[in-house]
Amino acid sequence: MRLSYPTNIKIIQVPCTGKVDVLYLLKAFQRGADGVYVAGCMEGDCHFLTGNLRARKRVEYAKKILDEVGIGGERLEMYNMSAADGPRFVEVAKEMTEKIKKLGPNPIKLCAGAASEENTQKKTDGVA
Amino acid sequence: MIIGKAKPIKDVLAMIENHSKIIIAGCRGCVTVCSAGGEKEVEILSAALSLAREKNGKPIEIKEVTLERQCDSEYLETIRSFVEEYEAIVSIACGAGVQFMAEKFRRIPMYPGIDTNFIGVTEAQGVWTERCQACGDCKLHLTGGICPITRCAKSLLNGPCGGSSKGKCEVNPELDCGWQLIYDRLKELGKLDQLEIIIPINDWSTSRDGGPRKIIREDLTL
Repeated sequence: MRLSYPTNIKIIQVPCTGKVDVLYLLKAFQRGADGVYVAGCMEGDCHFLTGNLRARKRVEYAKKILDEVGIGGERLEMYNMSAADGPRFVEVAKEMTEKIKKLGPNPIKLCAGAASEENTQKKTDGVA
Repeated sequence: MIIGKAKPIKDVLAMIENHSKIIIAGCRGCVTVCSAGGEKEVEILSAALSLAREKNGKPIEIKEVTLERQCDSEYLETIRSFVEEYEAIVSIACGAGVQFMAEKFRRIPMYPGIDTNFIGVTEAQGVWTERCQACGDCKLHLTGGICPITRCAKSLLNGPCGGSSKGKCEVNPELDCGWQLIYDRLKELGKLDQLEIIIPINDWSTSRDGGPRKIIREDLTL
């Protein structure tokens, strides 16, 4: 199953989505990610019982913060998928990439204004 | 402990609108335990404010610090060496901490990043409820360890009132009737006869009626 997914996605591995903290999500945007999604196991299938459920709550909380600060909560999503379901992983990766492309780059980069064009370009691709 | 809750980010942004270099100061006391003003919340607020300011094209420099406590001078002194390099401080300690810091660092503006709500307990993870109103005259020995001042919406000392229905309070159907709780507890203890003791009219002079309160322990003062 040699499936390919959009190359602009940077995967950050965590032992369980229960390890994902609100701060990780916010910092990704601070560092220029255009969008972030958390890929957890199917609900009910968490090896640690509730890690993915906790992650979802944290994602919801971070979405609220992103809305409040004008970045937009829609740039952050939580998905559940089985580790054995490669095609679904690819589908989500494409879906999220398309969505973020429509939303455009992270607003903090657009507002950097004076920042060098080159520097901005480098960061534009970062969907973490 | 003292329970607080983060202020809306837009409110904090409005406070710091004209500043470009600030300190966000957390406290390792109560507000750390209730996840409102500890080290982690400092980082989250800092990230949120930075994102908002960068988005608006007005980046801000933020120094993140978390003091052991903001209600004791010696811990406030630990940041004195650099405080004046900044234009303002957003403190996410309780109201006491914010005020004490404002008293100690008089030359720079101090803004509260959280609302201080009540003295309470962690009922479950992420759930805090009020237990004490610091009235200054504890009556818990008379009421089965349940505070009528706090748990009864009317602070009745000889309740319940006619608004108690099926164990709930008329003020809010989700709220337990404080006096029902007291009755149940005294019943469990086999001390229902205690309810026959009339608690006299309350002396509120130990509470907030006389303005801000003060305690001096001569044995401890230097």
